[in-house]
Amino acid sequence: MSDAHAVAAPSPFRLVATLAGIALFSGVLLSLTYEGTKPIIARKEQAALQAAVMEVLPGAVSQRSYQRNETGWVLLNEGAEGANLYEGLDADGNRVGFALTGEARGYADVIRILYGYDPEQKQVIGLKVLSSNETPGLGDKIEKDPAFQENFTALDASLEYPIRTVKNGEKEHPWQVDGISGATVSSKAVGKALRESTAQWVPVLDNAIEGGEVQP
Amino acid sequence: MSEEREALTMDTFTQGLWKDNPVFVMMLGLCPALAVTNTAANALAMGLATTFVLICSGLLVSLLRKVIPKQVRIASYIIIIATFVTMADYGIKAISLDLYKALGAFIQLIVVNCIILGRAEAYASKNTPLRAVVNGTGMGLGFTIALLSMGIIREVLGSGTLFGAQVMPDRFQPWSIFVLPPGGFFVLAGWLMLFSWLRQRNTKQEVA
Amino acid sequence: MDPNSPMFIFLNAFLINNFVLAMFLGLCPFLGVSGKIKTAANMGAAVTFVMLVSSMCAFGLNIVLAKYNLGFLRLISYIAVIASAVQLVEMTVKRFSPALFRALGIFLPLITTNCAILGLALFQTAREYTFLQSIAFALGAGAGFTLALLLMAGLREKLELADVPDICRDAAMSLMIAGMLSLVFMGFAGLGG
Repeated sequence: MSDAHAVAAPSPFRLVATLAGIALFSGVLLSLTYEGTKPIIARKEQAALQAAVMEVLPGAVSQRSYQRNETGWVLLNEGAEGANLYEGLDADGNRVGFALTGEARGYADVIRILYGYDPEQKQVIGLKVLSSNETPGLGDKIEKDPAFQENFTALDASLEYPIRTVKNGEKEHPWQVDGISGATVSSKAVGKALRESTAQWVPVLDNAIEGGEVQP
Repeated sequence: MSEEREALTMDTFTQGLWKDNPVFVMMLGLCPALAVTNTAANALAMGLATTFVLICSGLLVSLLRKVIPKQVRIASYIIIIATFVTMADYGIKAISLDLYKALGAFIQLIVVNCIILGRAEAYASKNTPLRAVVNGTGMGLGFTIALLSMGIIREVLGSGTLFGAQVMPDRFQPWSIFVLPPGGFFVLAGWLMLFSWLRQRNTKQEVA
Repeated sequence: MDPNSPMFIFLNAFLINNFVLAMFLGLCPFLGVSGKIKTAANMGAAVTFVMLVSSMCAFGLNIVLAKYNLGFLRLISYIAVIASAVQLVEMTVKRFSPALFRALGIFLPLITTNCAILGLALFQTAREYTFLQSIAFALGAGAGFTLALLLMAGLREKLELADVPDICRDAAMSLMIAGMLSLVFMGFAGLGG
């Protein structure tokens, strides 16, 4: 080590100056990195969102984001933050449906879902688990199990009867979700997330479409 | 200053690989070693990100070793490390969002990984940039190998896959416990036992 | 229970997803702690206190950073805040309660590099918790850390008398115990649902 430093303590000015110099250097480096990666990250996030919306709205090729505030619905520009409703459009620009989010307490942690809702048919037409921490091999079947996913191709969401998860093999009505045996809690949580989210959003959406707040 | 003139030996590099392996021997950086090794890909990404930070911070600390006064050295090292960690964070996010989601806050937690601050203080601040970089690379690779050796076991036994590709026969029922938190503790304990068994056997042979 | 209620967030960090045993944060003190229950309790109290302070500071700091769009400085400023919070706590405790300072003293500087503290600040930001939720999260995480530390210290105390095979002494043994504790804590999944 340089002996000079050990003997004579450097002046406080020198200490502060060194720290400030390093902080300045790191600030410059970081803002360069931030600016450099920002467009790439924004593009990837947009693509991921688009892919998720299209997955729950079969047939959609593009999407528009809306944000609900005190006055009603606001159409957001591409890449803007704060959207809570996504509208999927097909190749001719006709609406396929809306993509909405929901969440409910699962077995290990909160399960967050994105689902597609078709306001014409009043049906849930697709579902994707956005994040979950369920037990591998049991609860995480809600993400991949094809039979369970089959529930969400035409699930009645007219709110006449609330959506409910029933035991595996006991589904009789279009508003029931056929549960997974061995993943009861997790599949019930998905049903609960759908029930609560549809109860909240479907009336709001119906009003918005009637009132013309959301473009047809 | 004599140590600075020492020749650049192979040992500078291999120190971190085996003799002083950060995870298996020095028991440092356990938090990422257990938290993100549920798949081999996560383990590899975490190892490489840590290696990047180790090399860059080692280089910078070594270059500035005569400029930074002793009294503020720890604060300076932490700023330098945090800078490179944030860069790695943005880099991973730009490369793959899925990977970024899987690693979560653990990329940023590299900052408090004792290996990096330990290397900066004990090695980079006393050696030439070249040696610091070589040593940092060795340490980083040692860390990556340790993480991979946990990630591979946990993924193969816990999900029957390796880097996402099926490797176990279809009839294999995955032992889910290995991808869950307890599995991390057990696999690391298993490796440590294997190493101490090997060490004991070697000593016995030497005596005999 | 509502997944966003402070009570659930507390339970989640305390038992269901225990900070040490399920999220692997704060492992160094957990594995390195001596087999004394008293020391473990003091350490736990010190960490909980610092967690609470730095959680509140991080919450305020994040508002400022978000307002000026300076997200890329988050990590550096959190570290700085935690380091100063630890200093501040050390000074306050020393000034007002010398007895407490003697009990916690040696642990305080070590806490700065405890990843549980930075982890707490980062997770509460990533999950966009409100102020109340952040406090519940910090208390839960601190309580969870203390509980894990106490359990470990208790087991270590007993283990000193046990005759374990040579190859699994020390670290390997601690890790096995931690694994079993983690397994036990998995039983808390579904609690309060």
